[in-house]
Amino acid sequence: MTATPPPIVDVSSVAVEIDGHPVLWDITFAVPAGKFLGIIGPNGAGKTTLLRVLLGLIAPTRGSVRVLHRSPRELGRGAHQIGYVPQRLDFDPRFPVSVRDVVMMGRVCCLGLFRFPRREDWRKVDESIQRVGLSGQERRRLGELSGGEQQRAFVARALCAETKLLLLDEATTGLDLPAQHELYALLQRLRRELGLTVIAVSHDLLALGVHADNLICINGTTHIHGNPQMVLQSDQLREAYRCEFDFLSHEVHEGEGPSA
Amino acid sequence: MTELLSYGFMQRALVAGVLVGLLCGVLGFFVVLKRMSFIGVGISHSAFGGIAIGVLCGVEPLIAAAIFATLVAWGIGWLSRAGRLHEDTSIGILFSSAMALGVALISLSRTYQVDLFGYLFGNILSVSTGDLWLLGGLSLVVLSTVALLFKELLFLSFDEEVARASGLPVSALWYLLLTCLALAVVAAIRVVGIVLVEALLVIPAAIGYQVAGGYRMMIGLSVLSAVTAAVAGLLISYFLNVAAGATIVLTLTVLFGLTLARKRPATHRAGAAG
Repeated sequence: MTATPPPIVDVSSVAVEIDGHPVLWDITFAVPAGKFLGIIGPNGAGKTTLLRVLLGLIAPTRGSVRVLHRSPRELGRGAHQIGYVPQRLDFDPRFPVSVRDVVMMGRVCCLGLFRFPRREDWRKVDESIQRVGLSGQERRRLGELSGGEQQRAFVARALCAETKLLLLDEATTGLDLPAQHELYALLQRLRRELGLTVIAVSHDLLALGVHADNLICINGTTHIHGNPQMVLQSDQLREAYRCEFDFLSHEVHEGEGPSA
Repeated sequence: MTELLSYGFMQRALVAGVLVGLLCGVLGFFVVLKRMSFIGVGISHSAFGGIAIGVLCGVEPLIAAAIFATLVAWGIGWLSRAGRLHEDTSIGILFSSAMALGVALISLSRTYQVDLFGYLFGNILSVSTGDLWLLGGLSLVVLSTVALLFKELLFLSFDEEVARASGLPVSALWYLLLTCLALAVVAAIRVVGIVLVEALLVIPAAIGYQVAGGYRMMIGLSVLSAVTAAVAGLLISYFLNVAAGATIVLTLTVLFGLTLARKRPATHRAGAAG
């Protein structure tokens, strides 16, 4: 009998306070290697805060967090094994960088301070660009690409290091439906090809329901965690969002959910 | 013209103009891309407090200004990073306070004989050989630092959140950039003066930003326009007998005006569908 490998992300009884106010409490979940976890919850539920805890940008007030078998704060140079595609895409579209320049930023931490990129690094950059389907666009300025292409360039940047874990914060926001579908298809392909573990925060419950292996619904604390079908049909989901969902017709009926 | 270039003061002025153009052209790249223009104004005006301290204590005013401006730059960085105040508010408080301190100290000094007008509006023709050594040393230190950490500073300017998440020492890099900026500002005071130094930081890089498609070209154009304006402005000011610092800045303004006529390729807003 083989032992189960330790999870890539292990979060246990985590609480976070910001300026004395509780933002998260009693959050517990684990993500095995190669799996796709979707994090859902209403606005202000603490989803982005949770991602920032995993990235080591915010220290939990209580509980333990292990990412890639270490505390996020201890990752240091190892942080480059985590690829991060952030929520806000308010970069200046006229910022004078090409797709290749942006993807090279993903190699900066692997290189270390005072070192210049070598041929091997540029080879990795071109490989990442090819993986996300942007071959031929390397020299174009990032601001000239469509929203979907820009987002794929950011995924390429996140992949460009020795990435094992990919974190995405509302990566499909602002994309039209075909571009959203392409991005999720890309994530699934990357999981297969590279064995990546993916954690994505999104408001698109249906897309995550289709693509994720597991969903966790939070609103300050964990409301429900399990396979997508179970989570999307649960009373706990309605409790977290305080409304009724009808996923077949894609309508959301506002109303009083069960008392919190 | 040959006769003009044979004058020692003109040779030193040209070397100073080229060095400051190089320094400000490179630092301006980050000032424009990271939207630090107001920080540049704050640092340059606060240098006046340092000059006054130098005058009062008998220390070379530009060295005192370099130390004081660096401290004020760190203060601006700390106040805005610690989330206590918005960046523009902390700049507004610190630079006006530092300037007021300068005026108060200068008014206390009974033996005051310093050419204050020269510090405020520049006096490139009075650059001494000692000033050139100081300027050369500052340029070497700042440009070497920027060259060695360029990829990190570019990442920081483009996406600070992801740079921090990927393990870069973002705060240390930010304070280092502020220090380089403070030193560049002090280096440029002799050429264009405290009041006009911001123009050397912003206009050349804005020219590069208007015209260039890539960052390498933007830096190249920024340096080229800063050096060209420094040299051309100096020569024009000599023949027209007007203030050199102001002529350098007006030359840059004309160059910038020319770039406005040029159309840039269309861009997609971040996050836009399509």
